[in-house]
Amino acid sequence: MGNRTILFDIHNAMGARIVPFGGWDMPLHYGSQLEEHHAVRKDAGMFDVCHMTVVDLQGERVREFLRHLLANDVARLKEPGKALYSCMLNPQGGVIDDLIVYFMHDAWFRMVVNAGTTEKDVAWLTEQAPAFGVEVKPRKDLAMVAVQGPNARAKALPLLPDTLQEPAAALKPFYAATESGWFVGRTGYTGEDGFEVVLPEEMAVAFWQALADAGVQPCGLGARDTLRLEAGMNLYGSDMDESVSPLEAGLNWTIAWEPGERQFIGREVIEAHRDDPGNKIFIGLVLTGRGVLRDHQKVYVGDREVGEITSGGFSPTLEKSIALARVEAGVTGQCEVDIRGKRVSAKVVSPPFVRNGKIRIEL
Amino acid sequence: MSNVPNDLKYAKSHEWVRDEEDGTVVIGITEHAQELLGDLVFVELPEVGDTVDAGSECAVVESVKAASDVYSPVSGEVIAVNEVLADAPETVNQDAFGDGWLFQVKLSDPAQLEDLLDAEAYTDIMESEEH
Repeated sequence: MGNRTILFDIHNAMGARIVPFGGWDMPLHYGSQLEEHHAVRKDAGMFDVCHMTVVDLQGERVREFLRHLLANDVARLKEPGKALYSCMLNPQGGVIDDLIVYFMHDAWFRMVVNAGTTEKDVAWLTEQAPAFGVEVKPRKDLAMVAVQGPNARAKALPLLPDTLQEPAAALKPFYAATESGWFVGRTGYTGEDGFEVVLPEEMAVAFWQALADAGVQPCGLGARDTLRLEAGMNLYGSDMDESVSPLEAGLNWTIAWEPGERQFIGREVIEAHRDDPGNKIFIGLVLTGRGVLRDHQKVYVGDREVGEITSGGFSPTLEKSIALARVEAGVTGQCEVDIRGKRVSAKVVSPPFVRNGKIRIEL
Repeated sequence: MSNVPNDLKYAKSHEWVRDEEDGTVVIGITEHAQELLGDLVFVELPEVGDTVDAGSECAVVESVKAASDVYSPVSGEVIAVNEVLADAPETVNQDAFGDGWLFQVKLSDPAQLEDLLDAEAYTDIMESEEH
């Protein structure tokens, strides 16, 4: 038996099929993964993301600490509530985790890290923080629910505490607001508009039930994966890990090279390879032949193996199989993928495949 | 608990077998198997004329998240496959024991049917896997 979130019993009551994931027993789906996927693209769905960890970082020098710790630059966060996506690199330039960090005020930043990496993340933060006098507080007392889809904000807003409704309604994308012990970010992992809501654990079951009563579809990890894959968002552990440079995982855009004197952890190693023509590229694939693309299938151009799929699956929106793949530079146009010993044709595209309900690639 | 029709035979690996009583059988995956897999999006079937051996992989059913092998419960020659599944793999989810059949085999050793499980024995296996 794995860890259970506070929502475990209500998942079962709502018909969830539970599977182990990163040490947790989590819902895979509540009947149909495809219906859940479409609900998020067309209306509103909700995800239990309590297994992810909120970490509060507090101290006078917290901004300086994060400018040292993260490959993206929190100096970009000037307005309270603004969020930033970043990789946290090890000294060898590999990715310890990818995360979102919110600027709350000059002595408080809030970070949300992945479930499977929480332990090593907290250990790493705790090792690095004392030099900056920063306190690292994992918030096990908080629950987190993602409400996503074109109608998600409208359905969730009336269910927030009164004092939070107005600031939450006014949030621009990638901003957060906090009131009454609740925290709402206009962020997500689906390619749709929506909120990620952090709230006191004891209020989570009632909030989940109220969302369901408002017509928000409960969604499992299955739909979460197909949604993020369509949105071209990386999955830690599949698309990148400690052995992979962000330069080869499509994450170049998250590295703040300027100012040049900012010596973030891992900079020296990745900067040496910044313009290396041998760097692999991170691409999208759409299967044109029959089958389903899966993680670790090999990609070929002619007889030559040029790389492999890092995340593959079926896209319910495109009704085709799609994938993210790491391949040699220069791969473009058409390629082939080895599916159980057969070569099947695929087209190289630039992710995202789908954003805000619309197909973003040429089929 | 999933429906397990009494008039079918079963394999431990969650296939069902319907005896057509003309030396052929129709094969599919059980209701329980489709529930475990979730929404199917692709089915790879053997070709008509292929020879299959009892216990060997002969088809693949892929759900949104995972691919799963289907094992032939019997040996023989494939004489028909369910063409509908090429465009409508979800038929297996909707009617696993009927319209969602996978393929039909002309038995090379009809005695193999005796080795298959009846509904009661299959139900016991299903239940033991759930605990």
